[in-house]
Amino acid sequence: MPLRRVPLGVADDRLLGGLDLAATLRGGSPVAQQGLLSEADGGVLELAMAERLQPGAAARVAAALDTGEALLERDGLAARLPARFGVVALDEGLEEEAPPGVLTERLGFHLDLSGLSLRDLAQAPLDAAAVAEARRLLPQVAAADEVLSALCATAVALGIASLRAPLQAVAAARAAAALDGRTAVSQEDATLAAALALAPRATRLPPVAPDDEHEEEAEAPEDPPAPPDPPDEQSRDPESDEGEPDLSDKVLEAAAAAIPRGLLEKLRLAGGGPRGAQTSGSAGAAKTAFRRGRPIGVRAGRPGGGQRLNLVETLRTAAPWQPIRRKEGAGPRVEVRAEDFRITRFKQKSETATLFAVDASGSAAFARLAEAKGAVELLLADCYVRRDQVALLAFRGVAAELMLPPTRSLVRAKRALAGLPGGGGTPLAAGIEAATALAVQLRQRGIAPTLVFLTDGQANIARDGQPGRPQARADAEAAAKRLAAAGLTALLVDTSVRPNEKARSLAGLMDALYLPLPQADAKKLNAAVRATLAT
Amino acid sequence: MSTLKTGAGTAASRPARPVFPFPAIVGQEEMKQALLICAVDPGIGGVLVFGDRGTGKSTTIRALAALLPEQTVIVGCPYGCAPEAPQGLCPVCAPEHDTGHKPRSAKVPVPVVDLPLGVTEDRVVGALDLEKALAHGEKAFEPGLLARANRGFLYIDEVNLLEDHIVDLLLDVAASGENLVEREGLSVRHPAKFVLVGSGNPEEGELRPQLLDRFGLSVEVTTPEELDTRIEVVRRRDAFERDPAGFLEVWDKEVAKLRRRIVAARKKLAGVAVPEPAYRRAAQLCIALGTDGLRGELTLVRAARALAALEGKAEVSDEQLRCIAPSALRHRLRRDPLDEAGSGVRVTRALEEVFAA
Repeated sequence: MPLRRVPLGVADDRLLGGLDLAATLRGGSPVAQQGLLSEADGGVLELAMAERLQPGAAARVAAALDTGEALLERDGLAARLPARFGVVALDEGLEEEAPPGVLTERLGFHLDLSGLSLRDLAQAPLDAAAVAEARRLLPQVAAADEVLSALCATAVALGIASLRAPLQAVAAARAAAALDGRTAVSQEDATLAAALALAPRATRLPPVAPDDEHEEEAEAPEDPPAPPDPPDEQSRDPESDEGEPDLSDKVLEAAAAAIPRGLLEKLRLAGGGPRGAQTSGSAGAAKTAFRRGRPIGVRAGRPGGGQRLNLVETLRTAAPWQPIRRKEGAGPRVEVRAEDFRITRFKQKSETATLFAVDASGSAAFARLAEAKGAVELLLADCYVRRDQVALLAFRGVAAELMLPPTRSLVRAKRALAGLPGGGGTPLAAGIEAATALAVQLRQRGIAPTLVFLTDGQANIARDGQPGRPQARADAEAAAKRLAAAGLTALLVDTSVRPNEKARSLAGLMDALYLPLPQADAKKLNAAVRATLAT
Repeated sequence: MSTLKTGAGTAASRPARPVFPFPAIVGQEEMKQALLICAVDPGIGGVLVFGDRGTGKSTTIRALAALLPEQTVIVGCPYGCAPEAPQGLCPVCAPEHDTGHKPRSAKVPVPVVDLPLGVTEDRVVGALDLEKALAHGEKAFEPGLLARANRGFLYIDEVNLLEDHIVDLLLDVAASGENLVEREGLSVRHPAKFVLVGSGNPEEGELRPQLLDRFGLSVEVTTPEELDTRIEVVRRRDAFERDPAGFLEVWDKEVAKLRRRIVAARKKLAGVAVPEPAYRRAAQLCIALGTDGLRGELTLVRAARALAALEGKAEVSDEQLRCIAPSALRHRLRRDPLDEAGSGVRVTRALEEVFAA
């Protein structure tokens, strides 16, 4: 039985397969190289450190699990290879880390081995002959409607939304029956399946039945039994007293008893699903950029503009075409053309950018515009050290204007700042909106933005460009709320002569850090921005 | 290591494993409806299915492949051209057509092509035929997945995890309906009209707006909450897995019935009238929702017409518009982070307003 181990950060040509270059050149005809997925056919695929597995790689494994086939469409090769395997994912993660949901969703059992030692595993409970016999029997094993209902009801009671869970539980129950040499799923099989396949995915405790028996049950998880143990006790227990309780209740009890201790606390803390829904989604955190970071593969493209040529991959790409190229013209021994060029793609945690939105209106800020500029200049220097991108946005008159699109050039930033004119109304809403839009745009490109507003908060131009303080204020507040809703990190520096409530409340609405400029010497301001960026 | 044959021919367009029958899928009416509408009128531009895990997204889409009626193609054409109307673009059939020969034709299943994650560019658009290049030093074009999907469906599971450079390729082709290959000294242009079907889980990340826009209909799926429905899902799935052949036999009649309905709807489609008030309603809805551009109205009317054809109606009425509006419009709304209600709810709200008037 093949056992294949998928290393962390596995490349597609190893996972899915691809062109075997050496064999191809030797044989003079394309030779495919199998990937781990198809190599594991009929066996087991082991995913070490599954909590660090890339969502993309997890999705590839999941697709093979769904179809039982590995679909290869790479390097001029097209194949559909059998890939029926079991997955053993080892989650060695700490609190917040969890394997990608796309994968855990498809795994039937979730076992917590903490507290177990090697000695507990000394005796293998099964032998090959028994398994083979069970496999032979499996197609004949039937699960009664009552069992299906009970497992579905249990999944609902435990707050498991996915329908894969009860399906896996049914499969587990049938397999358990087959192992026991029976062709009908018994109550024991159902309770075992519930404990193994449903309990670990519980997102809530079932509604408590007001009987004292239940309290005993609740203690069951206290002693750390090997997973198959609880159902045996459970199934005996409820039968002993009053009559025949419903199968659904029994199964639910078994599952509830097997819910791992601490799971629900963890869920409450995480405020979401147990399988790290939040870990994989965040747009900026794991976007591909092309400048720095960890290489994650190659793509076709020209070097230059910061992109580095990957020589080995380029030669690999060029190699198969050599016979043709030699025919076309007597060139050098190895002819490499521009279309062969491969550049390395990099992945990095996140690039960052700081967006300055400066109130350059004629209001109170006017007097302090020079000071505000000075403050920005200080921050610019700091950004430069951090290799942040900076952008400068000014709002005055009736609209906001992007003075400097995101750049790494300190010189350009300083020049744009120096040339910043002042005067006119304060279209605060327009300023906030423009800054939000730019920040969201940056975030979509995988860059983490921080917004720094320098304003006195005295809006007097409404969103439609008309003067009028109340409307301008209302519009600015709405824009500030939208900024907060977009989840952007912001800092508001109050540039009015005296710290004022309007600016402070606006910062509150933005969920932004508020910092009055009057007390802000350069150092303080710098420290504040740094603190904001660090979050 | 084993050697494999290269080329599109080795991978069958239809999976060898038995496929869960479409009519046996419990609930998920909106998703089924959207897919059927695209089967009737492929010009609508595809379906995006977003939603919870374990809701049968992939199952339903794969079931569609087995449901679709067979279509006639020219034998030997790698792009599956139709004999009655050779699309002038096809580099294989066009010269043949000019000679006046009557091509041989055959009935084949509609291609439902999987675009797997990790696919390389050359396999998407097509590239130099490696075998011929290496063995004979011959320059020949090996059609890619886009060629195989012509006149069929292109399915991308976990569409939001698809790499950006592959998305870029798709955007271009999905808009123009033809694939232009200029690489490795090859210059090929071939038809690539397909229904784009994507599925994914929003937790894995957002879809790029440009790609979102390419989908005609967008469907949100959730797990059924009612216990009886859930039991029925598990019951049918269990029955299917224990005895696929037997299960398929039981559902064979239903499949055939639905297939006939699709065929009838396709015939009827051109004859379905769209009365003036329906156009007006569609426009009112889109104005009320503030959708960008006119694609919203166009898709809405077109999908309503296909739905009317499926239902055997002679003309489009409010009923179809109401029914299809959430699918046709929910992904075209501007994002408003202050509005906590989902976009589906916003469409429903607008529907109430417009249709109350």
